[in-house]
Amino acid sequence: MAAVEVRGLRKSYGGQEAVRGIDFEIDEGEVFCLLGPNGAGKTTTVEVLEGYRTRDAGDVAVLGFDPQERERSFRERIGVVLQHSDTWPNVTVAETLRIYAGYYRSPRDVGEVIELVGLNAKRDARVKTLSGGQRRRLDLGLALVGDPDLVFLDEPTTGFDPQARRNAWDMVRGLRALGKTILLTTHYLDEAQQLADRVAVLRDGVIVKEGTPAELVAASQTEIRYRENGEVKVVATDAPTRVLHDLTSRAVSEGRELEELEVRRGSLEDVYLDLVREEEHA
Amino acid sequence: MNMLAHQVRADQLIFWRGRESAVFVFLFPVLLFLLLSTVYSGEYRGRPLTDYLVPSLITYGIANTAFGGLAITLVLRRESGVLKRIRATPLPGATYLGATLCSTFLVFVLQATSIMVLGRLLYDWHLPAEWQSLFAAFLIGFLCFAGMGLGAASLIRSAEGASAVVNVIILPMAFLSGGFGPTRDFPKFLQAIADVLPLTYVVDIVQGVVYDGSPIWEHPRAIAVLAAWGLAGTLVAARFFSWEPRER
Repeated sequence: MAAVEVRGLRKSYGGQEAVRGIDFEIDEGEVFCLLGPNGAGKTTTVEVLEGYRTRDAGDVAVLGFDPQERERSFRERIGVVLQHSDTWPNVTVAETLRIYAGYYRSPRDVGEVIELVGLNAKRDARVKTLSGGQRRRLDLGLALVGDPDLVFLDEPTTGFDPQARRNAWDMVRGLRALGKTILLTTHYLDEAQQLADRVAVLRDGVIVKEGTPAELVAASQTEIRYRENGEVKVVATDAPTRVLHDLTSRAVSEGRELEELEVRRGSLEDVYLDLVREEEHA
Repeated sequence: MNMLAHQVRADQLIFWRGRESAVFVFLFPVLLFLLLSTVYSGEYRGRPLTDYLVPSLITYGIANTAFGGLAITLVLRRESGVLKRIRATPLPGATYLGATLCSTFLVFVLQATSIMVLGRLLYDWHLPAEWQSLFAAFLIGFLCFAGMGLGAASLIRSAEGASAVVNVIILPMAFLSGGFGPTRDFPKFLQAIADVLPLTYVVDIVQGVVYDGSPIWEHPRAIAVLAAWGLAGTLVAARFFSWEPRER
C-alpha cells in the first residue's frame, strides 16, 4: 500500500498558485525526495500533507488519512521536522524530548531517541547552549519520539557544513533502516542523489520529472564536444552512437582530426539544471 | 486530563527555568508591593494603607500574569515556531491552551499568596471578613484579563513588539485604575479614562469588599463590565488567533 497518494493537488496563496496540479505516490518504507529551487512549491506541498494547509483541489491520502481533517490518530503516526522552529531555550534536551513523548500514546524511549540522534553528550544541556547542527538533531529527535510511520523532513540540512550534512545523511539512512517512510525536500542535488529512492523535480508548482536518481540520469542526453576551426562545438543527443559515428566518419573521410573530442554522460546536476532552466527558454 | 496535567507540568518547568519571565511576570508585582508599602505609609479611609495596597497590588498582578505574561508567552512561542510544531503532535490545541491558562493561574495564585503573606509578616495585614468575595473578585478579574491576553496575543504581530506593547498598556492602566494606590485625588479627566479600563472594575469590587464589607454579588455592574471585556478578548482570539508565525 502507498503511504502517500497525491492526485491533482493545487494550492494558491492570494491569487498566486504555488502548487499547480501535482501527482505522486510514496510507497511504504521509501525515501522520496521533492527536489527543486526555492519557491518551487516544495514546502507548500509538504505542509498540505502534514495537515497545516487545506488544499484548493485534488485528492490526498497520507497513511490512509485526509491530512486536512487533522485527526489525532493521524498525528500519532507522523513526525515533522519543519524548516524553522525553535523549542524552549531553558529546558534540557532530555526534558524537551520527555515533554514531547507525553503527547503520544506509545512513544519511543527518550534515552533511545537521544542515542539515535547522537545527542548523548548533550542530554542534560539546555537547548540554548546547543549548536545549530545539534538543534537540528534535536528537531529530528522530536519528530521521532512518537515512533511515527512517516517522517517529513523539510530541508533538513540547509545551512549545514559538509561534515554536519554527512552526519544528517547517516541519520536519514538510519531511519530508512528502521523501515520509516520519509518525505524529504531539498534544493541540494547531492542530497537527493545520496538519500532518495525516488526523486520528483518540482518547478513552478509542477513536477517536471520523476524517477529514481539513476533513471533521471539515464534519461539525460549525452554531450559530445570537439573543436572545429578553432571553435568549440557541443552536441547534446539521445543517440550518441549514431551522432558520433556520423561525426567521426566525416572527419576520417576528410582526413582530419576531431580536436579535443570529449564524450560525457549527463550527471543528475545537468538533468536538474536543464529542467530548472527550461523555464527561462519558455 | 492526563495530557492537561502533563502540559501544565511542562509549562511550569518552562516558566520557572526562563528566569526573565519568572522575574517579570511573577516577581515584579511582589517587588512593587514591597516598594510601595515601604514608601507610602499612613491611612486610607481610616485604615492602614496596607489594607489598600495588598489587594490592589494583587489586581496589578492579575494584569501582569493573565494579560501581560500570557500574551507575551503566546506571541514568543508562536513567532519562534513552537506552537506550529506542537500543532503537528497529537496534543489537542484546546488542551495546550487550557494548560497555558492553568499554568498562568498557578503562577498568579503563588504571586497573590506571596503578597498576602508578606503583608501579614511585615504589616500585620489580615484577610477581610468577606474573604470569599475577595477571592471571587480575583478569579473573575483573572478570567477577564486572560481573555484579553488571548485577544492581545492574537493581535500583536511580532515577538520584538510584544513586551513593549503589553507594558505600555499595563503600567498606565494599573496606575490609573488604582492598582498602585488610591486615585481619589486624581484629576477628573484621569478618572474618566480610568472608568473605561477593566482593571478599575476589579479594584472597585475589591475596595467594596475590603472597605464596605459588600459581598461580590453587590457589584453586578462591575462584573458585567469585566465579563464584556473578557468576552471581547476571547472573541478577538477566536477570530484572529494563529498557531503559526506571521508571514515575514
